[in-house]
Amino acid sequence: MSDTAVATEKPKTSFRGSGGVRGWFGRQPGWVRAVVALAAAALAFLLPYVGDIPLIGPQLITEGIDWPSALFNMSYYVLLALGLNVVVGYAGLLDLGYVGFFAVGAYGTAILTSKDSVLYSHTGWAWLAAVPVALAATMLAGLILGWPTLRLRGDYLAIVTLGFAEIIRIVATNTQTFRGDRGFTGIPHPPGTWNGKVIFGVTDAIPYFWLGLVVIIAVIFGVRNLDRSRVGRSWLAIREDEEAAEIMGVRTTKFKLWAFSIGAFIGGLGGVLFAGEQGFINSSTFVLQFSILVLAGVVMGGSGNMAGAILGGALISYIPDRLRGISVGGTDLYEYRFAMFGVVIIIIMILRPQGLIPSRRRAMELKDRAKEVAPL
Amino acid sequence: MNFSGLIDNFGPLTVAGLAQGAIIALFALGYTLVYGVLRLINFAHSEVFLVGTYACLIIWGWFGLDQNSARPDFGAMLGYMALGLVAAIVVSGTVALGVELVAYRPLRRRNAPPLAFLITAIGASLAISEFVGVATHRNQRGVPPIIQARTVITIGNTHITNLQILIIALALVMMFVLDRFINGSRLGRGIRAVAQNPDSAALMGVNKSRVISLVFLLGGLMAGIAAVMYDLKIGVTKYDAGFLLGIDAFTAAVLGGIGNLRGALLGGLLLGVLQSWAAGLFGSNWLHAAAFVLLVLILMFRPSGLLGESLGRARA
Repeated sequence: MSDTAVATEKPKTSFRGSGGVRGWFGRQPGWVRAVVALAAAALAFLLPYVGDIPLIGPQLITEGIDWPSALFNMSYYVLLALGLNVVVGYAGLLDLGYVGFFAVGAYGTAILTSKDSVLYSHTGWAWLAAVPVALAATMLAGLILGWPTLRLRGDYLAIVTLGFAEIIRIVATNTQTFRGDRGFTGIPHPPGTWNGKVIFGVTDAIPYFWLGLVVIIAVIFGVRNLDRSRVGRSWLAIREDEEAAEIMGVRTTKFKLWAFSIGAFIGGLGGVLFAGEQGFINSSTFVLQFSILVLAGVVMGGSGNMAGAILGGALISYIPDRLRGISVGGTDLYEYRFAMFGVVIIIIMILRPQGLIPSRRRAMELKDRAKEVAPL
Repeated sequence: MNFSGLIDNFGPLTVAGLAQGAIIALFALGYTLVYGVLRLINFAHSEVFLVGTYACLIIWGWFGLDQNSARPDFGAMLGYMALGLVAAIVVSGTVALGVELVAYRPLRRRNAPPLAFLITAIGASLAISEFVGVATHRNQRGVPPIIQARTVITIGNTHITNLQILIIALALVMMFVLDRFINGSRLGRGIRAVAQNPDSAALMGVNKSRVISLVFLLGGLMAGIAAVMYDLKIGVTKYDAGFLLGIDAFTAAVLGGIGNLRGALLGGLLLGVLQSWAAGLFGSNWLHAAAFVLLVLILMFRPSGLLGESLGRARA
């Protein structure tokens, strides 16, 4: 008992010393933190109504796209960012093909439920029934990707993961079973009725956003607990120095595979939600730029920190959506959204190389390194 | 699977693959040079290539050439080729230096973590390709027929065109020149020194910043040449051309051993030929999938590429 008390005491004191909002948050007793977290979650549920706030509200909401839909887009981007954060931020495995798992989740749902699927006469399941199978498939895909790449480091891993996502996209584009550009139509929506009305309809995106939010909160809890467990400490050790970790008895193979399959699982969740909301998917959704965008979000927000990943994931979806429908001097800014987004990424990374909300540990490492280096 | 198709067309597929591979190899040099020195993937290199493909078209456009023009005579052809190459080299080199200045140098001053460089490079890549996309209305642009592909050598059913010979020869010459430059010149020695150990090199009086700029410039020059060759071979260019071929080039660099110049040549030629064979065997839709499967297989047995990592022989 006393051993664990000492072990948990030390790092906390060093965090409590830090200033700012997060320093304050860290110094509060457990119940205050719980209340603040609950309040934040409750506020997140009210986001669809942000446009009703006088003055500020109309500035925040997107003009060219229905605001709840924009929020739903943000929710699955946030999910993907959270999942990729496990792989890149915690375990330090550079994954450039994360969209592959998103695709497996979405296609897993589609092929089990859509009437266009070759399996339709056997399956034709409801959305909810397809979810566990699709998620199992993505975890398996995570293992399949993880297994041959265990020996690879850094950039070799990056190119193989990139290739993995491309292979999934090419298979989806060029095989009869996955229907390429024609895609799958009629993917059922999530179930449920309220006062005799269907909750998850086609016109109102708010329930989908709330569903996404519930999933996000569940994922945050799950990942937070993993991060503070043996698994999380092993990831950290692998990220910092794989050889040293292995020598100290960390089973690197096992925990790298864990990182891949948990990351894949979360990406699959995003895909399943996406398929359930859209009702239609085709291969052109799952392009490589998508994974690169999510990676940019994670690193921009603060790799290795969930708050950062959430912010980054939300921003990569929000900025382009917000630019839609704004015209300056006759040209629609939507046309320039990605170009401007690219410039924004560069500016943010130059001003805050450790990300917008960096992991505290990472920030300290960076400070240490900055002292060591001789100026160029 | 079309085995007879592959066997019947083995010669033509191989030659076409070599020509494509030569372009990929020149393009891959930019990745491998920057990686050798900075240990970073220069994601924006694909856009360095892209601006090259447009630069020569714009110059040719000034002379009133478009894809419908008549083929120029031999002297004019030489002049246009030289102009196009110079334009592409100058523009690609400038953009490469610009990328280094905007996306890399500020981060290097702050000693940012490696992932931060990757993200600014991604940002630069996105910004450049999208600005080109907007400026060209995302339409493809045709290339004037500066060199008409014409069969000059026939071996069996293999027809080798003058263009294929030009591309392969130019790539080999450039590789040789670059190899001599890195391994034989004073500046090249500086590059190798920084690649081997940046801090020691700085202590020995090597100007690290200048070496890094030089490396970006060299990568840009090679990409410019690759861009002109690409234009002539493919006949059209588009705002996403750099991104798509960039994946191939990066794959080639990794295949040969990233950071290794000769590895880039080997990787590029090998990848080009393999893709060509895969296209013959499975159909052209599958060429990238086949290439990636092969890459995974090779990396499983040789985790640091075919020739291993080293810039020149510095690390061997």
